[in-house]
Amino acid sequence: MYQFSSKLKIASLILIVVGALGIGYGFLSAPSSLEEAKEMMAHQASHGDSHDTANHDNKDNHEQKHANKEVHGHDANSTDKHAEHVYHQLKNRPWSAFYVALFFFLGISLLVLAFYAAQRVAQSGWSVVLFRVMEAITANLVPTSIIMVLVILSASVFHWNHMFSWMAEGTFDPTSDNYDAIVDGKSWWINIPGWTIRGIVYLLLWNAYRWFIRKNSIAEDTANDGYKTYKKNYNASVIFLVVFMLTETMMSWDWIMGLDPHWFSTLFGWYVLASLLVSALTVIAFVTIYLRSKGALPGVNDSHIHDLAKFMFGFSVFWTYLWFAQFMLIWYANIPEETTYFAARFNEYKLPFLSMLVMNFVFPILLLINSDFKSIPWFVIIGGLVILGGHYIDIYVMVMPGTVGGQGAFGLPELGGLLFFLGIFIYTVFSAFEKASPVPKGNPFLEESEHFHYYNIEHRGEGSEDHH
Amino acid sequence: MSHYEAPIREPLVLGDKSYHDITEDIARPIEGKANKNWYMAFYISLAAMLWGFGCIFYTVGTGIGVWGLSKNIGWAWDITNFVWWVGIGHAGTLISAVLLLFRQKWRMAINRSAEAMTIFAVFQAGLFPIIHMGRPWNGYWVLPIPNQFGSLWVNFNSPLLWDVFAISTYLSVSLVFWWTGLLPDFATIRDRAVKPFQKKIYALVSFGWSGRAKDWQRFEEVSLVLAGLATPLVLSVHTIVSFDFATSINPGWHSTIFPPYFVAGAIFSGFAMVQTLLGIMRKVTNMEAYITRMHIEYMNIVIILTGGIVAVAYATEFFIAWYTGSPYEYYTYLSIGAETGPYGWAFWSLLICNIFTPQLLWIKKIRRSFIWSFIISIVINIGMWFERFDIIAIVLSKGHLPSTWWRFEPTFVDVGIFIGTIGFFFVLFLLYARTFPVIPIAEMKTILKSSGEGYKKRREQGIPTKPTVVLAEKKIIEVDSTDKKDKK
Repeated sequence: MYQFSSKLKIASLILIVVGALGIGYGFLSAPSSLEEAKEMMAHQASHGDSHDTANHDNKDNHEQKHANKEVHGHDANSTDKHAEHVYHQLKNRPWSAFYVALFFFLGISLLVLAFYAAQRVAQSGWSVVLFRVMEAITANLVPTSIIMVLVILSASVFHWNHMFSWMAEGTFDPTSDNYDAIVDGKSWWINIPGWTIRGIVYLLLWNAYRWFIRKNSIAEDTANDGYKTYKKNYNASVIFLVVFMLTETMMSWDWIMGLDPHWFSTLFGWYVLASLLVSALTVIAFVTIYLRSKGALPGVNDSHIHDLAKFMFGFSVFWTYLWFAQFMLIWYANIPEETTYFAARFNEYKLPFLSMLVMNFVFPILLLINSDFKSIPWFVIIGGLVILGGHYIDIYVMVMPGTVGGQGAFGLPELGGLLFFLGIFIYTVFSAFEKASPVPKGNPFLEESEHFHYYNIEHRGEGSEDHH
Repeated sequence: MSHYEAPIREPLVLGDKSYHDITEDIARPIEGKANKNWYMAFYISLAAMLWGFGCIFYTVGTGIGVWGLSKNIGWAWDITNFVWWVGIGHAGTLISAVLLLFRQKWRMAINRSAEAMTIFAVFQAGLFPIIHMGRPWNGYWVLPIPNQFGSLWVNFNSPLLWDVFAISTYLSVSLVFWWTGLLPDFATIRDRAVKPFQKKIYALVSFGWSGRAKDWQRFEEVSLVLAGLATPLVLSVHTIVSFDFATSINPGWHSTIFPPYFVAGAIFSGFAMVQTLLGIMRKVTNMEAYITRMHIEYMNIVIILTGGIVAVAYATEFFIAWYTGSPYEYYTYLSIGAETGPYGWAFWSLLICNIFTPQLLWIKKIRRSFIWSFIISIVINIGMWFERFDIIAIVLSKGHLPSTWWRFEPTFVDVGIFIGTIGFFFVLFLLYARTFPVIPIAEMKTILKSSGEGYKKRREQGIPTKPTVVLAEKKIIEVDSTDKKDKK
């Protein structure tokens, strides 16, 4: 049995506290009034040369946006309008910083759950010894879901932020200055009650499966009922995968694509899925490597690590495929209403946008193509850190341009969000792992998994219990 | 790979087969004579093929105007059939490459025929890009070769050019992958041949394979590398085919989901075609012990999965077409306008064949029934033809300008060429079934001891299967690394 060490527990609590401080700093440093925002802008403008060029770029872009607005029947390119715009963006920043980290960790937990369900449905023989690791990671779905509900409510019901521009007052009111005819045309889907209820329903469905499968997976250990419990879990996983496929697509429209309500892409749901899936596989590999190094996973050998790394490699390429498909098709056809999405990202977020491609594609493909490297833990860790960093940036680039525009940066608020959720992750995952036997004894494929040996992998530093 | 198999896994080879039985069973159709039914099927296919060739010559000789195309609908049956055939070809690579990467043992009984299907289907697909050209004799201009026009080159920006590279690479790699796998099996046929002519032919095509340990080691490595290369290839080929539409600015064509959605559709239709072919083949070649109910069920599960992905893509297309707020998206192939428009019948055929009917496969009885699987697989093949037809013809029939709206009607030449390719496909497949080992002999032997019914039963009853090694904890583990050398 594994014991969640008090050292790690304290470390996770420190991360939560430090993260919360960073988040708090973000909210405190955001302007609370238009005047304050103007002051901050003036302060920014008086900075050095490099900032000047950056600001220049920003202004160009704002002008473009205002020009767009004019087409939609809005007035004025006045400086006041510009200041108000920046004020909203500055106010959004702590929210967005928190939201990016929240979505990243929530998505990872969700995709680990989906991968786990897929392993059950595929009756896979290799991954059974990792089931408890995956189950433990999905424990993080509970706190992140609760926080997500709060964020959903604070955006939609309480209107505490302007992350979703369509939630602004008057968007659907033809007499208002703020009226947006395009969004109003979509009000059948984009509306506050529908959006709120849908979000809560997705979270409930995912958590229901996670609660059910965790309970029944532990019941499987001692069931001895001719695989009845096992079959029940199999059926539940099949149903979950169908539900997941539908809810994941809609979730990505609601929570991410909805940040840019004028933009649309049919591929988007699967693109988000690929990004989260690679991250989820990497996290499974990380937790597995850590727990194995503590001697908590007796059945896991180098071949299991090798398989996880293979998945990390394969789905990194898959992510790139979907990224390219979406980007290239929009770039090629160059239809203005779609191209704005990439124009905003390429103009204001060039460095993260391009570095993410290197981190999510070039790096993993070079590092993890070698078969020997894939079973070396520290290699997988290095590759995985780059992959996780790259996919955090991916989500950052998906969220920020629509919420904070040119005011995006990576500072204390963003870092605080990451540390906060990392702390929660460590705390929930390892305390969940502690609560059940690390070996799912009742699974009919357990022995296959314990004997799993990929044909050309040398198992280093293993005792005589391993036969091949 | 693994030396232990969970008892709850169902056997993949029925009956108490030995290595020799496997060789005998698979070599029988090659060594025997064709029966009346084979000749009947062959002549019907040949007649269809010749009729198709006639239509092709007529088209090339007279002009594309003999087809039902118009100045607004420049693509219809030609490209529909092209995409349909390429899509069918994809299951072969999926079964041989992707299922190899996922270590699915059940693929071994079906991969040879699936790959043959790939290659013959790509042949058919390859005809259309040439015959739908206005001047097919200038077809070689698509290749970037130095020439006397001041070295006039092709423009690499066109997805139609990418198609040339994609399809030709796909055909070459599939052919090499298939042939490599055939070497040990051709060697088996060579070693058994009694007629000198037959011996000579199989000696020629087996490239002197002698089955040494080093050869097997290299063989497995090559298979794995080729599988690793063929997987991105299979995804990229149909992706590039989807780019033909998705890079355009036509509403209904310009959609970013096309690449993965076309690939999923290709696997969906390809598996349906494998199901259709194997449903017949297991009967007529007496391969029931190798292509079992289990295989049919697994293929049906892949069909449900990919059909589900396609269904989500349909729903997405339908939703986003509305979500864009663009009035032009109202007439795309998956929209309310298409549902009620002049092609409403094609819209509903698509949904009924691809989305509603395959849902029957959720029922275990139907999923495991040979006859139901056969019927549903044919329905899917029809449905996937409609998918491509709908995408192409419905979208082109109602473009941006109402003055260009037009309705497509095929002529007998359009239909004749399509029938011709079906005939050509079956001519090739029937010849293949008589001359090639339709199930990989060598690969089947690698799973016999782990997944053969006889061996499984003996293991359950605790009867040791020779040779065995008894380990310290009294676990019995088979040694199967020497298996491959045993075969004659």
